[in-house]
Amino acid sequence: MKQYGVSTVFSFARLGALLLKEFIQMRRDRITFAMMLGVPLMQLVLFGYAINNDPKSLPAALVATSNDHYTRAMVSALQMTGYYRFDHVAESAAEAEALMASGSVAFVVTIPSDFARRVERGDNPQLLIEADATDPAVASGAISTLGTVAANALLRERGMEAAAAENARSQLEVVVHRRYNPEGISQYNIVPGLLGVILQMTMVMMTSIALTRETERGTMENLLAMPASPLEIMLGKVLPYLVVGAVQVLVVLIAAKLLFSVPFMGSLPLLLFAILVFVLSLVLLGYTISTMARTQMQALQLTFFFFLPSILLSGFMFPYRGMPGWAQIFGEIFPLTHFLRITRAVMLKGADFAAIATEVGALAIFVALFAGVALLRFRRTLD
Amino acid sequence: MNAIEVRNLVKRFGTKTVVDHVTMNVAEGEIVGFLGPNGSGKTTTIRIMCGLLTPDEGEGQVLGYDLLTESLKIKREVGYMTQKFSFYEDLTIAENLEFVARLYRLRPVEEYVGRTLEDLGMTSRRNQLAGTLSGGWKQRLALAACIMHEPRLLLLDEPTAGVDPKARREFWDEIHRLAQGGLTVLVSTHYMDEAERCHRISYISYGKMLATGTVDEVVKNAGLTTFVVEGPRLDQVAEALEGRPGVEQVAPFGTTLHVVGSDQKLLDAALEDVRKRERTTVRPGETSLEDVFIQFMAGSKDNMA
Repeated sequence: MKQYGVSTVFSFARLGALLLKEFIQMRRDRITFAMMLGVPLMQLVLFGYAINNDPKSLPAALVATSNDHYTRAMVSALQMTGYYRFDHVAESAAEAEALMASGSVAFVVTIPSDFARRVERGDNPQLLIEADATDPAVASGAISTLGTVAANALLRERGMEAAAAENARSQLEVVVHRRYNPEGISQYNIVPGLLGVILQMTMVMMTSIALTRETERGTMENLLAMPASPLEIMLGKVLPYLVVGAVQVLVVLIAAKLLFSVPFMGSLPLLLFAILVFVLSLVLLGYTISTMARTQMQALQLTFFFFLPSILLSGFMFPYRGMPGWAQIFGEIFPLTHFLRITRAVMLKGADFAAIATEVGALAIFVALFAGVALLRFRRTLD
Repeated sequence: MNAIEVRNLVKRFGTKTVVDHVTMNVAEGEIVGFLGPNGSGKTTTIRIMCGLLTPDEGEGQVLGYDLLTESLKIKREVGYMTQKFSFYEDLTIAENLEFVARLYRLRPVEEYVGRTLEDLGMTSRRNQLAGTLSGGWKQRLALAACIMHEPRLLLLDEPTAGVDPKARREFWDEIHRLAQGGLTVLVSTHYMDEAERCHRISYISYGKMLATGTVDEVVKNAGLTTFVVEGPRLDQVAEALEGRPGVEQVAPFGTTLHVVGSDQKLLDAALEDVRKRERTTVRPGETSLEDVFIQFMAGSKDNMA
């Protein structure tokens, strides 16, 4: 049975053989298979409900020596913001200090005994709020609302609201619109991002051990001795994971809708197209790692070496624009960075193709780059 | 045309020369045994011939294709059976065969696989995972998978390691059947009885080809003389002979002692004392292939030092 004249570079029959083999192996490896479908859902639910960038109802201690109506008005105004939960009333400043040092409270609100007197006299009344700023993110929301809340509360208490409103009309008014996520719900930001993180996790990890597993089991020698081309072997290894990725995408998108009610403003086909390019870049990245590593352990180490910076610098956990310029440039080398922009733009902002074309283009460059490097790195011999 | 014609193959791993100017010709339809101690370069030479390794020096043709530039064509017409079972243990017997059939584009797949399973007598076990097979069955499956695409050259790397004698016998019967059909076979082995079942043998040691020819030629060319000693307390005889000039090997064989040396006169002189012992006979014996190999191994160790 001689097959002369058949392309040595690519044949659908040979690719089919490789794909079929991968699917059978995938199906037999029950634990990995369950992990590929179960892990995304678990992570989505866990992180989706757990991560909150704008924490509310933080424990606070009140140090107040007098119990006049101004003090009460101030306390209730702070509670109304939702950020403060006064569950400690300290007798002294020292006691409050101890509470904060031990981490029992995030805030100490001190209302001096002459507060009411100064308000009535119009003599620059003061209010001290100490925040535990070891984690700046925790305190920032609670503090930012403070100025206006406190001022308005006092005006209302003194019955001067109408006069103040009259007064404000002649002054500069700053209008702030919090667009796309007016209530500042963290999940709207986190859940679309998790889609990218989960895909990256499973896709890169699974494909990174693709070739090293064959080498370690000794099957690589046989595979290389048979007429399969590097292109066929590469596609045979990465394409099955596109299917796995598609299932994960489905799981995450449905959960985003049902569990977290994340708005979906843009076009679904557009998002799916972008996801396809993203997943392609991931599986090819994994495969490239696979051509470099000698053992499965090395492959996993390389993968994790890549994971941490990509999660921390992509803008998933911390604001991308908060990073210095060099770090932002560094962040650009991760497919996740570009995908986060795409998915947040399409899901929350309803972006069209023109708006995300640059980012999709960046992902396409990754696809071409990784595929090229992988094919160059692939050793057709055992040398 | 010879199936294998390679000249001066050299392969180095780092500073170690694993294959050192190996030249080899194998005629079509011939079964050639490839012998040598562990780490002598047998596997590396075979891997070069099926295009899995590129030689650092040397040239040649395999099945008429250039070794350096046409390795893809060579791969398609060579069947290579690796030393370690290298099919997929998490695939069933039939799935492994189907995978191979599809990679070689054999159509219809089911027909090829069905026939192979029948030849193997594995039709009823087709859905058994390959990983659960015993050593002998794994080896039979691997051979069947290697010859399914009807290669013109079969390269077997220690195919019978860890296989019981009956399975080995059957395996060799199969190899001879295939060779009668025109298939060329190069098989590496450690077993002397297997070497004797080959048309020709080549002995390689530390990368160097030391001898090649039929078993008789190799034994004759080695120029060894062997005496067989029979009598009581052969252990004492062996001890007395060890280290005497002219005595190069002393090995007990059952109730006899084989004494081997390359200088007949010296050996004769060394045995003079033994002949005087009571109830002890010394007669000329036939030098065996094993004696020759032991001699080769002792010699090449000197080369290495």
